[in-house]
Amino acid sequence: MHCIKQGVVLGNGVVEEKMELVELEEHLQDVRETFKSGKTRSFSWRRRQLEGLLEFLHDKEKDIFKALKQDLGKHQVEAFRDEVGVLIKSVNFALSNLKKWMSPQKVHVPLSFFPASAEVLPEPLGVVLIFSSWNFPIGLALEPLIGAISAGNAMVLKTSELAPASSNLIANSIPMYLDNKAVKVIEGGQNVGEQLLEHKWDKIFFTGSERIGRIVMMKAAKHLTPVVLELGGKCPAIVDNLSNLRDRKVAVRRIVGGKWGPCCGQACIGIDYLLVEEKFAPILIDLLKSTIKRFYVDSDNISRIVNKQHFQRLCDLLNEPSVKSSIVFGGSSDYETLKVEPTILINPPLEALIMTEEIFGPLLIEFITERPKPLAIYAFTNDENLKQRIIAETSSGSITFNDTMIQYVCDGLPFGGVGLSGIGNYHGKFSFDAFSHGKAVLRRSFLIEFVCRLSCPPLWTSIEYSTTRSPSLRLLLRRRLHRDLTSSVMGDNVKEIKKEEEKPKTEPVAVVVESSPVLQPPEKPLPGDCCGSGCVRCVWDVYYEELEAYNKSLALVSSDAKKQ
Amino acid sequence: MGENLPVFDGERAAELVAELRTAFGSRRTRSYEWRAAQLKALARMINEKEAEIMAALYSDLAKPQLESFLHEVSLTRSACLLALKELKRWMKPEKVSSSLTTFPSSAEIVSEPLGVVLIISAWNYPFILSLDPLIGAIAAGNAVVLKPSEIAPATSSFFARTLPEYLDSSAIRVVEGAVAETTALLEQKWDKIFYTGNGKVGRIVMAAAAKHLTPVVLELGGKSPVVVDSNINLEVTVKRIAVGKWGCNNGQACIAPDYIITTKAFAPKLVDAFKGILEKFYGEDPLESKDLSCIVNSNHFARLTNLLDEDKVYGKIIYGGQRDEKRLKIAPTLLFDVPQDSLIMKEEIFGPLLPIITVDKVEESFDIINSRTKPLAAYIFTKDKNLEEKFVNTVSAGGMLINDTVLHLANPNLPFGGVGDSGIGAYHGKFSFEAFSHKKGVLHRSFGGEAPARYPPYTPQKQRFLKALLNGDIISLILALIGWPKS
Repeated sequence: MHCIKQGVVLGNGVVEEKMELVELEEHLQDVRETFKSGKTRSFSWRRRQLEGLLEFLHDKEKDIFKALKQDLGKHQVEAFRDEVGVLIKSVNFALSNLKKWMSPQKVHVPLSFFPASAEVLPEPLGVVLIFSSWNFPIGLALEPLIGAISAGNAMVLKTSELAPASSNLIANSIPMYLDNKAVKVIEGGQNVGEQLLEHKWDKIFFTGSERIGRIVMMKAAKHLTPVVLELGGKCPAIVDNLSNLRDRKVAVRRIVGGKWGPCCGQACIGIDYLLVEEKFAPILIDLLKSTIKRFYVDSDNISRIVNKQHFQRLCDLLNEPSVKSSIVFGGSSDYETLKVEPTILINPPLEALIMTEEIFGPLLIEFITERPKPLAIYAFTNDENLKQRIIAETSSGSITFNDTMIQYVCDGLPFGGVGLSGIGNYHGKFSFDAFSHGKAVLRRSFLIEFVCRLSCPPLWTSIEYSTTRSPSLRLLLRRRLHRDLTSSVMGDNVKEIKKEEEKPKTEPVAVVVESSPVLQPPEKPLPGDCCGSGCVRCVWDVYYEELEAYNKSLALVSSDAKKQ
Repeated sequence: MGENLPVFDGERAAELVAELRTAFGSRRTRSYEWRAAQLKALARMINEKEAEIMAALYSDLAKPQLESFLHEVSLTRSACLLALKELKRWMKPEKVSSSLTTFPSSAEIVSEPLGVVLIISAWNYPFILSLDPLIGAIAAGNAVVLKPSEIAPATSSFFARTLPEYLDSSAIRVVEGAVAETTALLEQKWDKIFYTGNGKVGRIVMAAAAKHLTPVVLELGGKSPVVVDSNINLEVTVKRIAVGKWGCNNGQACIAPDYIITTKAFAPKLVDAFKGILEKFYGEDPLESKDLSCIVNSNHFARLTNLLDEDKVYGKIIYGGQRDEKRLKIAPTLLFDVPQDSLIMKEEIFGPLLPIITVDKVEESFDIINSRTKPLAAYIFTKDKNLEEKFVNTVSAGGMLINDTVLHLANPNLPFGGVGDSGIGAYHGKFSFEAFSHKKGVLHRSFGGEAPARYPPYTPQKQRFLKALLNGDIISLILALIGWPKS
């Protein structure tokens, strides 16, 4: 059996699980063994899994639409736009970049290390745990999965019990498309989640609320497990006084599309409130009203609220007297279908959690920075100054100008929060990085070593490091070391290195420090020492340079001797 | 100022954080000028106070001066100068390509400071382990509290005394103290906590951070293995191991070689070479050698002698073993074939003891390493390229060094940090800057490029268009736009 079946599905969609502890243990043992076997590390394994995901998305498209309709009342265009389509794009992006991501990244080596080469090699972390959330039950489950697979991990995916149809679909289908020894789907509620958190993982990727986020991190601390937390936060959208009618229309369309389009506002990067200047507010509200009417002609085009608890929560928000009086559009809800009409409120009391505000100008930035850092800030403006101020003076997971939500599909940008909106990021290469450890690898050969020879202890007593005893030696040492350790540190400054290479005459310094009258010829590399891959500084280059330096110093020493 | 008061409790800590928040809120620390000025001042401090720094390090650890200079002062100065030199480039927003899906748009990643950060450093390299992260935090434009280790008191008080003279003390503070002070600090809300130390405290730090959803960097340790193949240049190998082990604070370094694995056949040769080199390095009576640091305090001294005195271990000493409790000195000690279940093979040694484990075939060493928690560093000495590749690909560790020890730490182009039990996150060079920055994705769109398909009311045509758009398929996109073929 590949996935763990839940027990009884209660009427409100809450799954009550009866999982045997032993069974869970078995599954974990399975994935651990699989990772240990090393098969998940190979390029071909990773590619096969990604292709499997693609197949799943193609084959099961209809089922996914059905599940999303059932869980959230999502229209299939919406389901495609926000979940299936985005996933296909992400898998394809990962597939076409996987080789590049996996290959070690060469980095510059300071001169004092020569001959050496250095690289950062991405390696899989091991067995990772992914918690997905209910608002995009397919997208938010599989998006991190793409990263975990690309990075070569074995994984357990715990789907959200609040979207039972989607959870079921994933649990039943994914094992048929992916290596079910390395990718396990576990369904269940809080109980199962807690059990999973007791185990030691190599990374925990959690999408959900701030409250649970804290618990996850607390549990992770016990095993020193790194976490990625994708949380939410109230994302503001700033709307400047757009003078151009067309701009206004476009802005409003994007706001409406971004607010009520994705899962009826139940998205972590959904617009939470609008910030508008007071005199512009009526114009904006009129436009919003007409656009909403045009877009949502029938309720089929809008998702429903996930369950009765959330529905009740929203109704309670709206029914608060001070809030109710601020409704200027919509406000009706249908308990049977769990649908809430798009609703606009103006200037609700600030302490009432829902708000639209007229604060603008200098107060605007303060208004945003006073509050916890949101996952996203949206701003509709043509004013470059305002844009720069927003970028520089506010803090948020991301900023999008003149549009909403689409930063989510931009593979080049990291997606993740800061402060209370989350820890860590993903998407595209960032997903790969989130599930990889960048292992620093430095390779040296047994050829001549400068720093080491200098720092070998027997010398230390002979060169007492003090200003009084031997200032000249100290200076010499210092210059030498300094140049080596600092100048070479200056990364890609090729000039400096060139200078260094051009002046092999400084080499005899080392000889003096060593107080050894006999010059050592460099050790000739063995035929196998050259890797044959055409390194910029091959061991042979180094050898010949050193040989030249050696010959020069030899000549210098012998001419000195002659003079004496 | 907080550091001068006798009692530093939660209340004082909260005040301190509030003050720093105000300083950070003033936006002063964000400017390039501020960051550069602080870094310059730091570099100046290192130059001007070099003698004092060396004296503090000597008083705390009896560190040989050259070692102090090489590993602490010089490396810190390099880090500082590198940050100064690269700062503009690091701060610059990074343009990234945006996809067809979001066309027309431009995207960039802006590095922004996290806010008010806490750095808790360790005693074994009390200078560099405090200032290296501090450099990163300043470069990234944060307000910082540095809590140096109380186990290296001279260096700690040096920081408390000297840093305010050089740095903007409204945004950069030093808090001295031990467990009580650290606890008070950890109760506060920070925007990042950077901790260097051991796994036990690391867990406490992370749990405290979880309460406020604060991201952490944990620089921990672990048993860093050295695999020695038989086809090597023996003299260079033992020299490099010896310098990495005893020449780095007498083994009290997080990336010091912890134990050696070699083949049964090669072990006698290796042991002989070690004996020779140790005699050459530290003389007949290593306790008298000026080139060896002492053990930091009597607790650690007792811990190390405990490791040595365990029944199944004591008989395995083949070299060294001398100790002087009064001066807290322990001689370089080699142990041969200690059992895997002994204490010394279970915990991180963090001292001058070096067990040598033997295997029949050198490849077996990889299983031994992988059966343990992931170390901070792993070393191999070999001329066999295949073995090297196998080592790199099968062994997991924070960092890896082939044919040398410890040196990878000095390359600022490599991230330095652990994985698994050896830590979370990395730093050095640009990685330090990134550790203290938030990468903010910024997407610029104009009001053009409207795709009505995004909006309801939804139709099958819109779905087809979206499909093409998300797949980045221009041809289908055009076909969908002109509505062909009719579905």
